[in-house]
Amino acid sequence: MLVSRLSRLGFRVAKELSRGGYTYTSRTRYRQRPCGRYQRSLLELLPETRAFQGAIFQKHHDFSTSASNNASEGGDEQKETISVTFVLKDGEEMHVRVPIGMSILEAAHENDIELEGACEGSLACSTCHVIVMDMEQYNKLEDPTDEENDMLDLAFGLTETSRLGCQIIARPELDGIRLAIPAATRNFAVDGYVPKPH
Amino acid sequence: MAIFGARKFLSRTFSTLSPEPLRVCIVGSGPAGFYTAEKMLKTHQGSQVDIIDRLPTPYGLVRSGVAPDHPETKNVINQFSRVAQNGRCSFLGNITLGSSVSLAELRELYHVVVLAYGAESDRVLGIPGEDLQGVHSAREFVWWYNGHPDGANLDPDLKSTDTAVILGQGNVAFDVARILLQPTSELATTDIASHALTALEQSSIRKVYLIGRRGPVQAACTAKELREVLGIRDLYIHIKEADLKITPADEDFFGVGGWGCCILGLWLSNERFLESYGNKGYVSAVHLEKTALKGVGPGKQIAMGTGQFEDLACGIVLKSIGYKSVPVDGLPFDNQKGVVPNIKGRVLSDNSGDPTLLENGLYVCGWLKRGPTGIIGTNLYCADETVASVSEDLEQGVLASTTSLPKPGRGGLLQILDDRNIRVVPFSAWEKIDEEEKRLGSLINKPREKLTKWDDLLKAATE
Repeated sequence: MLVSRLSRLGFRVAKELSRGGYTYTSRTRYRQRPCGRYQRSLLELLPETRAFQGAIFQKHHDFSTSASNNASEGGDEQKETISVTFVLKDGEEMHVRVPIGMSILEAAHENDIELEGACEGSLACSTCHVIVMDMEQYNKLEDPTDEENDMLDLAFGLTETSRLGCQIIARPELDGIRLAIPAATRNFAVDGYVPKPH
Repeated sequence: MAIFGARKFLSRTFSTLSPEPLRVCIVGSGPAGFYTAEKMLKTHQGSQVDIIDRLPTPYGLVRSGVAPDHPETKNVINQFSRVAQNGRCSFLGNITLGSSVSLAELRELYHVVVLAYGAESDRVLGIPGEDLQGVHSAREFVWWYNGHPDGANLDPDLKSTDTAVILGQGNVAFDVARILLQPTSELATTDIASHALTALEQSSIRKVYLIGRRGPVQAACTAKELREVLGIRDLYIHIKEADLKITPADEDFFGVGGWGCCILGLWLSNERFLESYGNKGYVSAVHLEKTALKGVGPGKQIAMGTGQFEDLACGIVLKSIGYKSVPVDGLPFDNQKGVVPNIKGRVLSDNSGDPTLLENGLYVCGWLKRGPTGIIGTNLYCADETVASVSEDLEQGVLASTTSLPKPGRGGLLQILDDRNIRVVPFSAWEKIDEEEKRLGSLINKPREKLTKWDDLLKAATE
């Protein structure tokens, strides 16, 4: 499964590069904004590539701004929350309530759950890697962007339903979602060899 | 002396009430060092952890390796500084293993010594002309633009040529290519060292070749880096279409953990560097042989020469073919692999692989343990493994219990260094350097202006 996924990635990139014959010219400006905590850096993609999903960027608010957004919408103090279950490395389950608009990474940190977030949500690492335990729930998530896929490909213990926790934003449809935090150490060997995920 | 004696007496008498702390010394303050410290502090609630580094500044390659145009990758510094500020942890800078203090001395002072000092040297090509001027290691070039005090004097000549050749196609090669070709207006608002910005503003380099022995599929860069370089304004990427064909053998390669990355590859192997006729001692071209891939096993292809040669004119060459670790006195070392022989982080006494010959209390983590591969996050798992080995050794009595064998730890180390007149830079002193760099940067719209000379760093640390 993973092989086909990587092949698809390779082919996808190959296709992009092959356009236009021998040379590939890029005319789009490359811009990168400095990142605040849990804010994604924006990258303008080439118009030809797929998945510049403007919608996703709008949703990635800093926690404080989403709080004020929801307050203005609903007008009530009690923010809407969904139920999320984290299955920890040792198998222990933790049930938490996550406000709509908060990322899974933030939610984990709010609840003292051991989920690393080295780059603090800016798609520059894969340490917040989580596994969605149910295929149906996985399909409810919006497709990952190329940037997320690039980082996911480097994650240890990658599976078919893996996502980055900083990119999963709580929405009503995700109520009851169960996420496993991968026990990476069992996949890690001294010589750096990463075994094929099964 | 009386106080020390009393402490020992007290610690023995009250060992069940206030046990001797586990004293840990970690050499190296990059990701491997800090992730090890964090895990150690969490796993051993009584432990005292010291992180030493030969620089007055912490964070290793996060500070001196990550490219200036990748600021988010450096966010992990926030996590590391929280570790350094833990009451049971001390960062001690400006201490060099081997000269300030020996490995043997550290092993006397601490119960556990973890070497996490990475790889500060380079793999060598071993071909004629490698010593010509204009041939640099990419590692030093990265140090140069990142303001590492040992790289500040590199002074690469970017003005007498329009072509640079980079040997290697990993992420470091891409970083270097990007920094050479990125519009300097973009770099001007990053934390790039000012001497590098000035040199790049005057640079005449317009063409960069990335040379690899094998094909696009085997290139070591990651998709993120390639995607990024394709998006840079006014930058044209040339790749031979024929090189992009993916064969069934390549598909095999995907399967065993490599990720495909099609790339600007000339399938060429470097034969030698050609010296300039006009400018003696300077490189003027790279003499290359075209290669072809030959399958030698499932998922394994090697590059073989084809007998076709070509010369690529250039004025600067950057070798980006891999970092290499440096051994120290008293440390078993595998010169071939460039790592310390170890099993799950426990240092072995020699290269025989005999798992019963262990160096008691000595561990490794990071590149020194695994070789110079992986990303920052890779060290998370590496540290987990090493700390697990330490924990196991403590539980099984392989490591003497701290009560039966109390060690001087930090106090002892600081005493030795004081006797040798070595100016230790603690975390609070680094914070002064940090503040000064940020202050200087704010004057010119940069996140920081790095202090790139040893004297300036030490001065800011003590003011």
